[in-house]
This record gives sequence, C-alpha cells and structure tokens, in this order.
Amino acid sequence: MTKFERPAAFSRRALLKSGGALVVSIGMPISLDAVLAVSEAHAQGASQFAAAVKPPLTPDQLSSYIAVNADGSVAAYFGRMDMGHGLHVAIGQMVAEELDVPFSAVKVYMGDTATSVHQGGASGSTGIQLGGKQMRMAAAEARRVLVEMAAERLSVPADQLTVVDGVVQAKADSAKKVTYGELIGGRYFNVPLAWNKQYGNTLYAPGKAQPKKPSEYKIVGKPIKREDVAPKVFAQEDFCTDVKLPGMVHARMLRPPVAGSVPVKVDESSIREIPGARVVWEKGFLGVVADREWDAIQAMQKLKVEWSQATPPFPPQASLYDHIRKSSVRKRVVEKENGNVDEAFKSAAKVIEAEYEWPFQSHAGMGPACALVEVKNGFATCYTGSQKSHFVQAGIAATLGLPLEKVHVKWVTGPGSYGRNDADDCAMDAAVLSQAVGKPVRLQYMREQGTGWDPKGPASIHKARMAFDAAGNITAYEFTSKGFSRVDVDTNGGKPQDTLAGHTRGVALHSGDGFGVPAESYEFANKRLAWETIPPLLDRASPLRSSHLRDPVGPQIHFASESFMDEVAAELKLDPIEFRLRHLTEARDIAVIKAAAEKFGWQPRPAPQRQTGVKVSGRGIAYAQRNGTRVAVIAEVDVDRSSGKIYARRFVVAHDCGQIINPDGLAKCIEGNVVQGISRTLWEEVKFNDKAVTTVDWISYPILDITETPASIETVLIDHPEIAPSGAGEPSIRPVAAAIANAIFDATGVRMRRVPFSPDRVRQAMA
Amino acid sequence: MAQKVTLNVNGRDHTIDADPDMPLLYALRNDIGLNNPHFGCGLAQCGACTVHLDGQAIRSCVTPVSAVGNGKVVTLASLGTPEKPHPLQTAYVEEQVPQCGYCINGWIMTAAAFLNEKKKPTEAEIKTALEGLKCRCGTHMGILRAVKRAAEMMG
Repeated sequence: MTKFERPAAFSRRALLKSGGALVVSIGMPISLDAVLAVSEAHAQGASQFAAAVKPPLTPDQLSSYIAVNADGSVAAYFGRMDMGHGLHVAIGQMVAEELDVPFSAVKVYMGDTATSVHQGGASGSTGIQLGGKQMRMAAAEARRVLVEMAAERLSVPADQLTVVDGVVQAKADSAKKVTYGELIGGRYFNVPLAWNKQYGNTLYAPGKAQPKKPSEYKIVGKPIKREDVAPKVFAQEDFCTDVKLPGMVHARMLRPPVAGSVPVKVDESSIREIPGARVVWEKGFLGVVADREWDAIQAMQKLKVEWSQATPPFPPQASLYDHIRKSSVRKRVVEKENGNVDEAFKSAAKVIEAEYEWPFQSHAGMGPACALVEVKNGFATCYTGSQKSHFVQAGIAATLGLPLEKVHVKWVTGPGSYGRNDADDCAMDAAVLSQAVGKPVRLQYMREQGTGWDPKGPASIHKARMAFDAAGNITAYEFTSKGFSRVDVDTNGGKPQDTLAGHTRGVALHSGDGFGVPAESYEFANKRLAWETIPPLLDRASPLRSSHLRDPVGPQIHFASESFMDEVAAELKLDPIEFRLRHLTEARDIAVIKAAAEKFGWQPRPAPQRQTGVKVSGRGIAYAQRNGTRVAVIAEVDVDRSSGKIYARRFVVAHDCGQIINPDGLAKCIEGNVVQGISRTLWEEVKFNDKAVTTVDWISYPILDITETPASIETVLIDHPEIAPSGAGEPSIRPVAAAIANAIFDATGVRMRRVPFSPDRVRQAMA
Repeated sequence: MAQKVTLNVNGRDHTIDADPDMPLLYALRNDIGLNNPHFGCGLAQCGACTVHLDGQAIRSCVTPVSAVGNGKVVTLASLGTPEKPHPLQTAYVEEQVPQCGYCINGWIMTAAAFLNEKKKPTEAEIKTALEGLKCRCGTHMGILRAVKRAAEMMG
C-alpha cells in the first residue's frame, strides 16, 4: 500500500479563493472572509508549527488528522467510518477531550481517501481501540503544539497556560489569552509524528504529547447523542444509494444460473427496444446499463444470454456437514496448547465428546450494495458504502490499471454493513462498467444478488472433548474447529483476486487460510485449541465464497465451546456459572460473569430443570473474550415443544471493554448485537442446491421479526477508565447462540448442536 | 412504453414520462428527486420503500405508477419537518433508534399510518402492526421504544 497524495499542491490562499475548495480542504462551512482575515493577519511571523500550504496527506503529519478552522472549530479526519454504532460521536468525544474544545466544536470526517490516511476502515471492532487511539494521540499533540504557539504569542511559559473551550489563557491572568482559531485557524499544522510505518488497523503515529489522565475527563464517558439521527429521520441524509452525478447512467449485473458458468452468447438485440440500453461483456463479466434505472432492470431481465455448461459445483445441502467432516484439511493450526493432551485422553477414565454445526450465513444487508463510479480522463471517483474505502481505492486502481493516486474513494453511509459484504464487489463492478461506457455509472445489485451472491460467513463443524479421571476430575480439554476459511476472499476488495469483478474477468480466487479458536481463560492441566480449514467449493466467482461476517467465526466457535462447557457442567451436575468460575483464571472474565448473574438474579442449580408440559422456560449463560473485551450473556427463553418455536425473551449482558467512551452508544450497540445474534441463532441459514444459492430474499432467508423482539435486553456496562478501550461492535454477538442453546437445554433437557434453531429443527429435536 | 403520468407527491403534482408498469419507487427517487424511500428488495418484503398512498402505508417498490391514479402520495420527507416533526420522528430522535438507518421509511411510515388509526395501542398490537418489516442492524428494541413513545405523545 502506497500513500495517497493530492494530485497537486495548491497554496492555501488559492484553495480559499476557489470557494468550494474550502469545504473540501477543511470541511467546515464557515465564512471565507473570516478565514482569509485570520489567515492573512497571522501570515507574518508564522510559527514553525503552522503552514499555509497543507503538508502531504501522509500518516506522519499531524495535519492528516486534525485541522483547526478560523472560528476555532476542529475538523478530525478519520480513515475509518461508522457502521451505525455512532463511532464518529466517540471519536469526536476523544478528540474534543484531548484538545479541550467543546464536543460541538468537532466535526469528524470519515472514510474519504482524499482527506484521510489509510487507517484500515471499519474492521474488527477496532474503531475506538485502534482508530480512536490514534485520533486521541493526534489531538493531544495538537493541543500541545497550540499551547506552545500560545506561549510564544503571549510570552507566557507553556506550563503556566491552560486551555478552556479552545481558548489558551495564562493561569495567573485570564486576560492573557488567545484562541485556537487565532493561533492557527485557516492554516495547517506543520508537525511531524512518529509514524510506525504501518497502514491499516495498526497505523500508529503519536506525537510528543501524553494524552490526558482519565481522572481529567469531561467529555469522554458522557452519553452524547448522535447528530446524524435527525437527518436520517427527516429524510435529509443521503446514502450511497442516493448520490447522483451529471450524465450518470444506471447499471445492473447478471449472474450465472449455475455457479461457475460464463456467458458464451449474448444477444444484444433482445434489449434493443430499451432506451439507451447497452451490454458490457468481458469474459464472465456481464452487465447492462441504461439511462434510467427501471430500464436497466428491464434490460437485465430481458437480455438473452446463453451460459456455458458448467458442472454443478456444490454438494447437496443435506450433506454439507459431512462434506466438511470428510474434506481434506488444507491447513491446521494449534493456537493454544498446554500439558500433554493426547496422553491425558489416552489415560482418561471417561471422555465426553460433542460436535456442533454452523451453516453458511449471509450479510443480507438491508439493501443490496450500491456504488457510483465515474472514470474520466484517467481518474476514477467512487462513492461507496464499503467499510474499507482505502482498500476499495487500491482495488479500483488494480482493476482498472490506474495509479493509486488517480483513484478517489468517498465513503457514504450504505445500506448496513457487518463485515465483508457485497459493497466492495459492487464498487469494482461499477468501476469496470464506468470505464467501459465512459460515463458515471450507478450500480445497485438486486435483492437476489445481495443475499445470493454476497461473501458468506463460513460453515463449520466443531468438535469438543473433555477427559476425566476415575474420581471425576477434569484432566484434559480439546476443541477443534473445521470449516471453510474466513478468508476465501479477503476482508476487503483491495485485490482483484478477492472480488467478483476480478473473478469474472479471469483472475483466480486465492483462498487464504483463516479460522480461530475460543477466546476464554479456562485453565485445564492439558488443553488444546485448534482449527482446520478446507478448500472452497468453487475456485472462482462463487456465491458460497466465504469471508468476514460480523464477529468473523466468533459466533460459531463460541456456540460450540460455550455449549460444551454447559454440557460438562451438566454432566458434573454443577451450576453452569459455578462450573465456569471454578476454571476461569482472569479477573475481568470472572467479573463479567458475576455481574451478569447478579443483574439476572441467578440462583445456583444444575441444568436442566426437569419440566413437563408443552411450554417451558429455561436460562442459559455463555461468556467470551474478544480482543480485550469480555462479555457474559444470560438468556431466558421460552420453548414451545409442540410448535418448536423459541422465544428468546430476556437477556442480561455484562460488558467490559475497558474505558467506556460513550455509554449510550455502547448500550445500543450491545442491543443490536444481541438481536442480530438471536436472528442468526434461530433463523439464519444459507441454503443451496448443486447449482446455486437458493436463499435469495427475506422469505427464503428470514431474520428475526419485530414480533419476536425480546421483552428486555438489560446491559451492565463495566467501566475501567484506567484500561485502554477495546472494541464493542462485535463481542456481544459472540456468546448469544450458546446462551440460547444452554437455555433451551435448561428448559427441556434437549441439547441443540446445529444452528439455526428453526421451529422444524427444534420440533424434531424435542420429538 | 413511456407515457405522461401525473403523480401527487407531498402535496404537489409532478408530471413525468414513465412506463406505466414502473414501480412508484423509481418515480419518487429518480424523477421527482426524493431520495427517500429506499430500494431494499423490490419484492414488498422489507418495507424500506414504504410511503403513504391516501394515508395507507404501501410498498412503493411493487406499486406501478399507473396504480397510483389521483391518490395522494406522502413520503417520509413530508411526514414532518425538524421544525414541525411527526411524533414518531421526535421519538426516533429521542430514542436514537437507527443504526445504518436504511430501513427507517418502513417503520416510521407504517407506524404513522397505524397510530393514526389506533390510539393507545398495546405493545402486542404495535408488534403485529409492524410484522414483516425488516431491520438488519437489529434495532428492534429501539423501534418499539420509539413507537410506544410516539403513541403516548399522540394520546
């Protein structure tokens, strides 16, 4: 990844005088005169810290993250984006806190490759953990520099100055003061940072400043509301689906009826009657464009295409798990091992084993992906809802054969995103189409393409076994996952090998190897956690290629591992919480479980209850770590043994992600995790036949309905201001499936080992 | 083939050239310049395209423009304004409901039509009225809090 630099360096004054450029370069709608006045007033005797010309947009420049406008307001440029949890609010709070400006003075600009450096996009719930960490350090450095500038201006030593709401003043004489706007407004920081030479999630570039102590916080930790809710509610905010450009045409893609087949004959005359309709066909890539959107849809539906005869690539759905079981292992990784596991199992007096199964699942975004790309004069501009705009920039550059600096990608809120969905594929397809037709192309996939052809969360099986000695003591534990890789296609569309546009135009899929192991702190004398990946079902454009879906492989792994802990507890006739606490070693893990139990009102007893009757209820607990965060979830569910219907009625979630930046945003984030987790546990399963994915809409791929909403989701937010914040976007979806499965077991004595727990499957299990 | 079609949307007549079979959604978005509602499925399965036609919540993605006739279409953009919000819009902001927000039209427009007919609904009645609408981010809890709050505001 090389850096993006502006194609030309304009002088600050030229930028200001070009009017609209002001909004682009600084991003605050303030008066041009005000900026010019301040800028010119201080052009003389400029500080070493400030520059009239913007330094290059590189990670080692403070100006790449923070700018102060003439009115003292602050622009924060963030190389990531909010996927709906209000990340921009949290980042604004962290920046405002370190700078000592009011929260309302900060505006966060996200995911624009022209104004932000490559911080990795939305990735792994690290928006605050890693992205925020960098923004915090940049803001702290900006404050340090501004105070230095004020010291020079006011002739007061820096250590005798304080900052209140963006005004630097002498502690001893508040009449001696200067505002941030007066110090640097309208100019740029010219301050180098100690960049670690990495792009993406791990980019880190601190300055000389130390961030504040948590005891000094005034803004971090407050439940500040999102300012972007009202524009959405009043239909004033544009999504990426809403962006329009002059001369824009609409496009739709065609996908083969049998995965792996390609067009061999395309009859363009079949759409001759449709105004402006055109075909773009290159190898397996087939799309249509038309002036009007409805016409593009008509053209997609009416175009006569002869597809190649391809051998149907998929096994029967019913044998999916057998396929995984029997498939050769492409890669095996033992991530954690202690003691002598094999020896302990050999000498065991008793062994308990269980196997769990998790299906392919779809992102099934609220809308199928949409992108608008204009390729003009060797420069590509892309509007996308992708989680990773800097990767999309690289992907478009590679796909179209353009230098990176000739591609500008602008993130605009998309129709939901929970990982590597169809957005990056859509951006690449739109780029190919725009280059082919020489016009801006707006492409939106159809519903059946969004759900049918998005990269899928991988299907997997999980084997767990526990060894006991003659006295009933645990002597060994082994957990092995085997499944499709989490990175058949990478977590982003940065390379043609990872996108449908690449595959259809002849670039082979290079499936990577990735899975994972349970994240917990159970201590057993002999313990092994491992994973194994198997090859993809199809080595090219496949509707069953797998990639990251929210908390990639976390729900499946912890469904299995935390269900198994429950099975062992039941075998030992121990309360499931008591059993866990006997073996857990980390204090924060123990604390989340105890906090959830207390809030729930958990009375210790072994599961299951021995209940009779058709309608029964039970409770279940599961817990997990995720990159520093700890979550315990207790579910209370009602089971109708006759209909098989599960009602996941009540949840208590204890959540410890270290320092809490915004408790309101965090609580809502957890609610969404739990609801999506219930949905994936009870309903979601990608179905397919030998030719294609057959779950292509909301009827065939149902999600949790509003009538199935839990009666309550209670959250216990454990705040550790002294511990650096970790992520919250995904950890709490992780234990949900196991908590529900354990509650069903408690209610009925029946162990559900295959997701989803659809009514048919539950009814069969209860029979 | 395209014909002249006059649609009354948000209190104004708009004459457009359109295939009579074209769903209303595309007329609203591309001919009349209303970026809401959204395309979610084109199958009347999710609600992201919901508008009011003579006060009834309909799915504009499957409603041909020819079926609109003289009916009055209202979209989220004219349900209320920041200065004069509909109680559901107030409640949505207060409860901070949306995550991605792409589904909003379905919930607010359907709930608005429902609350217009049904005063002081029970929670079960609210859930039934909203059955089938989709929110993929899983903001179900917030949606129900907001609709209950709006119902209280509307007495």
